[in-house]
Amino acid sequence: MNAHLQTSRVSAALERTGAWLLAFLWVLPLAYALWAAIHPSAYSAHFTLNAPLTLENFVKAWNAAPFARYFMNTFMLVTMILTAQLVLCTLAAYAFARFKFYGRELAFVLVLLQLMIMPDVLIVENYRTMTAAGIVDTIPAIGLPYMASAFGIFLLRQTFKTVPSELDEAARVEGAGPLQVLLKLYVPLAKPIYIAYGLVSISYHWNNFLWPLIITNSVSTRPLTVGLQIFASSDQGIDWSLIAAATLMTSAPLLTAFLLFQRQFVQSFMRAGIR
Amino acid sequence: MGVEGDLFHEPSGEVGRLLPRSAGDAVAAASRRSNVVMSARWATNVNGWLLLLPSAVLLVTFTHYPAVATFIGSFFSTPKGARPAVFVGLDNYQAMIEDPIFWQALHNNIIYAVSTIPLTIVLALFMAVAVNAKLVGRSFMRLAFFTPTVLPMIAVANIWLFFYSPGYGLVDQVFSVFGVPAHNWLGDEHTALACLIVVAVWKDAGFFMIFYLAALQQISPNLSEAAALEGASRWYFFRRVTFPLLMPTTLFVLINAIINSFRLIDHIVVMTRGGPNNTTALLLYYIYEVGFKFWDTAFAATLTVVLLVLLAAMALGQFIFLDRRIHYQ
Repeated sequence: MNAHLQTSRVSAALERTGAWLLAFLWVLPLAYALWAAIHPSAYSAHFTLNAPLTLENFVKAWNAAPFARYFMNTFMLVTMILTAQLVLCTLAAYAFARFKFYGRELAFVLVLLQLMIMPDVLIVENYRTMTAAGIVDTIPAIGLPYMASAFGIFLLRQTFKTVPSELDEAARVEGAGPLQVLLKLYVPLAKPIYIAYGLVSISYHWNNFLWPLIITNSVSTRPLTVGLQIFASSDQGIDWSLIAAATLMTSAPLLTAFLLFQRQFVQSFMRAGIR
Repeated sequence: MGVEGDLFHEPSGEVGRLLPRSAGDAVAAASRRSNVVMSARWATNVNGWLLLLPSAVLLVTFTHYPAVATFIGSFFSTPKGARPAVFVGLDNYQAMIEDPIFWQALHNNIIYAVSTIPLTIVLALFMAVAVNAKLVGRSFMRLAFFTPTVLPMIAVANIWLFFYSPGYGLVDQVFSVFGVPAHNWLGDEHTALACLIVVAVWKDAGFFMIFYLAALQQISPNLSEAAALEGASRWYFFRRVTFPLLMPTTLFVLINAIINSFRLIDHIVVMTRGGPNNTTALLLYYIYEVGFKFWDTAFAATLTVVLLVLLAAMALGQFIFLDRRIHYQ
């Protein structure tokens, strides 16, 4: 065997070991959370094979804070945002893709501006706007800044542009109006993009934290992320088992969906990213 | 094109068929045609703007207006009680330049960005190459790498908080095996920011991996076969062929990583609250603190202007990059 082949074998083995080590490090936080959540607190930082199993932590965490309400709030928030985004972005994307209206180019650049200057950094002014509108501490106030999404508009516009104009013209000759053409032709053809955008949007808003933290201040409006933070930083002290259980609970719906539809998720994030 | 095309063509075709027999007819037909064209153009404009209107209203209200209002607000004082905001010129900017915490936050943010970004990119690339090769357990690896992307930052930050806790935290437990004494990782000015950088890299590397993976799968296997026949080493092939071909992806990932390093501060709220001694205060965290803990909205607006200018510079960079990508096609 020549030396060249040998070095390449060694480097391949190194690469393999490195990859396995990295994968191990990457699952460690989740694996630890699972360990702490299903064992009594005494074992939260003490790792032995004969540690007794328990679901007690989940029960305790669930009863220690109004998590049912937080789940409800997050669910309403995510549904509201996604519904509004799908409708608004579809209409705007259709306008940009198929109507040569006056000021289109300028309007498009102004829309794209939101890709860089996101609502996440305009917290001070947006809080003032919500105060003026008298809707601080409501679920719509959490969602409103995100409902018109430059990202969604851009993604759908690119997709709508790939629909052949001949199909559009044929539908119009049949006597269909602009909205009918949109619903019967464009929307069905863009289904994979809607799914991709939907998954990315749900993940984003399920996990969003800073703006909801600022704009909410009561149990009836707080989403899970804010509820979890209040739970973890308050009088629970440092009971890591409870915090781990609460952490797993709040991530469970997304995590389960991801594990079940892994390929779909990865493809969606990819599709939504490559624009 | 479609809408406009058929609104234009059908009526004008009709007019064309009515061959004008006299000068008067010709004038009438021409004016009718221009009327049809005018009304078609008008319909396109009205329809286009009506479709855009709902999004435009929300975008203007929550993106454009607040961006402009932030800028204007930075020249006024913070209203206190019955005292309304008054014009103070550049006073807020003066105060900002004299504020050591602002400079520290900016400095922290730059350190955070220039360490997080290259680390994330190198790891994402390594992950993609590993997962793309025919390794044992690569579907498990892909799962392990990507999972942090779908988890809430706020939740995983709590787990990392435990990892870093002095004495019994996982980091100290592992280090104690090697005889390293216990250390208050998040409480020490020298290690706190590094701890946050590790969390950020862990959260984002798997997300960026999928873009590299997609790009790697576009590269023809013929290239690596040819290189192997020529006797090129794997590393040489990666350096001279694969990496240059991945350049557009790297630029895309780079821009997104830069934005994330200025936008995401959830883990700071959980793990350090900007401490110890402001060593982990990033720009947006400082804005949050000034705006919503000290309620000094004018000063928070001034700080936001700096962040907006940084993001706008990035936007300009992306437009240039997008332009270049169009030239490639």
